[in-house]
Amino acid sequence: MMNTSVSENKQFLMPKYFIRILILLIILLGICVVASLAFGSRTISLTELISGLFQPDIQSHEANVVRQRISRTVFSLMCGAALGVSGALMQSVTRNPIADPSILGVNTGAALFVVCGISFLNISTASQYIWFALVGAIITAIFVFGIGSMGSGGATPLKLVLAGAATSAALSSLVVAIMIPRTNVMDQFRFWQVGSVGSGNWSTVSTFIPFLIVGILIALFTAPALNALALGDEVATGLGVRTGTLRLIAAFGGVLLCGVATALAGPIGFIGLLATHVIRLIIGPDLRYIIPMSALSGSIILTISDICGRLIGRPGELEVGIVTAFIGAPILILLTMKAKMRAL
Amino acid sequence: MMNESLNLIMLGRTKRLRRFILVTSLLAIIAFTLCCTMLLLGNTTYPVQDVVRVLLGEDVKGASFAVGTIRFPRMIAGVFAGFAFGVSGYVFQTMLRNPLANPNVIGITAGSSAAAVFCIIVLHASSIVVSIASVVGGLATVFLIFLLSKGSSFSIGRLILIGIGIQAMLNAVISYLLIIGKQHDVPNAMRWLSGSLNGAKMENLYPLIITVLIFASVIIVLGKRLDMLELGEQAATSLGIDTDKTRLVLIISSVFIIALATATTGPIAFVAFLSGPIARRLVGVGFSNIIPAGLVGIILVLASDLIGQFVFVARYPVGVITGILGAPYLIYLLIRINRKGDI
Repeated sequence: MMNTSVSENKQFLMPKYFIRILILLIILLGICVVASLAFGSRTISLTELISGLFQPDIQSHEANVVRQRISRTVFSLMCGAALGVSGALMQSVTRNPIADPSILGVNTGAALFVVCGISFLNISTASQYIWFALVGAIITAIFVFGIGSMGSGGATPLKLVLAGAATSAALSSLVVAIMIPRTNVMDQFRFWQVGSVGSGNWSTVSTFIPFLIVGILIALFTAPALNALALGDEVATGLGVRTGTLRLIAAFGGVLLCGVATALAGPIGFIGLLATHVIRLIIGPDLRYIIPMSALSGSIILTISDICGRLIGRPGELEVGIVTAFIGAPILILLTMKAKMRAL
Repeated sequence: MMNESLNLIMLGRTKRLRRFILVTSLLAIIAFTLCCTMLLLGNTTYPVQDVVRVLLGEDVKGASFAVGTIRFPRMIAGVFAGFAFGVSGYVFQTMLRNPLANPNVIGITAGSSAAAVFCIIVLHASSIVVSIASVVGGLATVFLIFLLSKGSSFSIGRLILIGIGIQAMLNAVISYLLIIGKQHDVPNAMRWLSGSLNGAKMENLYPLIITVLIFASVIIVLGKRLDMLELGEQAATSLGIDTDKTRLVLIISSVFIIALATATTGPIAFVAFLSGPIARRLVGVGFSNIIPAGLVGIILVLASDLIGQFVFVARYPVGVITGILGAPYLIYLLIRINRKGDI
């Protein structure tokens, strides 16, 4: 009797096959990293790759290419993790399966503020972009969620998506209107706007790290309470959760992560949606496990997309934002087709 | 008693008819005034008699080029595209009984744009091919959306969400095409995306003019049936309408005109979305608002183009102006729909 209850308890604590999936994901991540270093507009052979990595005195062309790709790979792993966790947080705060920074229009809000910063305040470095993008993301998130949750039934997926699409449309018109008379801004903004991890270098990575750590810590600390929130506001309150404060903190963490990722890499959509749904499908709804796994799978998906973009777009590259839209939009459509009408 | 209520109904009908005629003619007058303003205003203002002489085919030094070659095609493009956007937006909104279910939101214009941009950048096609491709792209998108949203039970909400998803993919296609495009093709393609009347040439406008004349008349003739469709599937059937056939004809006609308008001017944001609700608010219900919606479309496009050209220091394409004007209205509409809770 005792034994069965313990094992049941254990099953509740740790989703089935959790360890195995974790190991699998880590191996996958390793393969992605190697592939990301090796593939690109110029393919590097394995021996050259190893010599480039471990023998810093070799100065061949290939070795330098590999070293260049290290920072890019690290940056794409971090972006993927940030976007994956951000998606998981937003979905559980809004209790809505299709919340994703790109669908909610948060990316466009960040873009508008960056453009305003470039044209009116002459900002030009990544660390300055961050603050503008962050403020823009937060304001837009509040606005979209405010509109989407009006009326009876709260924030249903359909209402949120429409509010996000409408706000995006409004803000992107403003972006164009601000840019058109200023060609220099258009030039600067064009490089930011495509959504690419190609801009990753060690200084962007080091700017990113503190935000990423804060965001993921927020996610991990709020996860148990968010699990309670999934049962409904009344139940969560009964379990001793302050739902209002919790929502505020968790949403802040989500917006922080996606805002910073957007500021540094440009708008990249659908990673949050993809990563979280794949993981939830495999390991179930417990957020304490979903959050680290979303970070992992987000990194994997973004890095794979980046590699695909580099291979398809040879000799140049196809920006990763375009690739993720290609993979992500069908998932959105599938989710919609599967959803019960009541849930919309 | 019977007679009295009949009289009352007749009275209401006359009143509405009077309002319909009044509003429609007012809209027509405003549209006409805007057309004249488009011809008269510009870097150089020519006297009215010169403009009239140019329109009659006489050769006037200076004015012939500015008015005849630049301003007149621009005005014609605005009129026909505006009418097309207004009418087809209205048809979709009425048929699907939801103001949000319009060609802009559910991705039909994105389908046309993607096909058009593909033809420009990859195939270097002529304007006729671009027009045909944008019609095919628009129709394909419509059928894909309807096919995917069929499921066990049809719902507008699902259709809109699927449309938004497809739109995201099509936008990715467009971005991809713009990146692989050669340097000198890209500006041409960019025109599609911002929605602009710049560079309208008379010889490129004939496909749009002919298509709008044919299919808009089809839609206007079917106007009564469209209103019955709005009552719902069962009511329409019991009124003796072959709903499937009517719907098919209406969808194809409106996709044809909006696709050609998109191919000519690019997707001018929000005109298709705004015209219907504005016309309905002005005229009220009870009459088919197809023509008023088209007129509102013309007014929106021409007025926005005038604003974009002359109000600011920089010249803005018409799509940017309609985007800025239209988006707040879309948000307002969303708030109202959410409050009422009937999405």
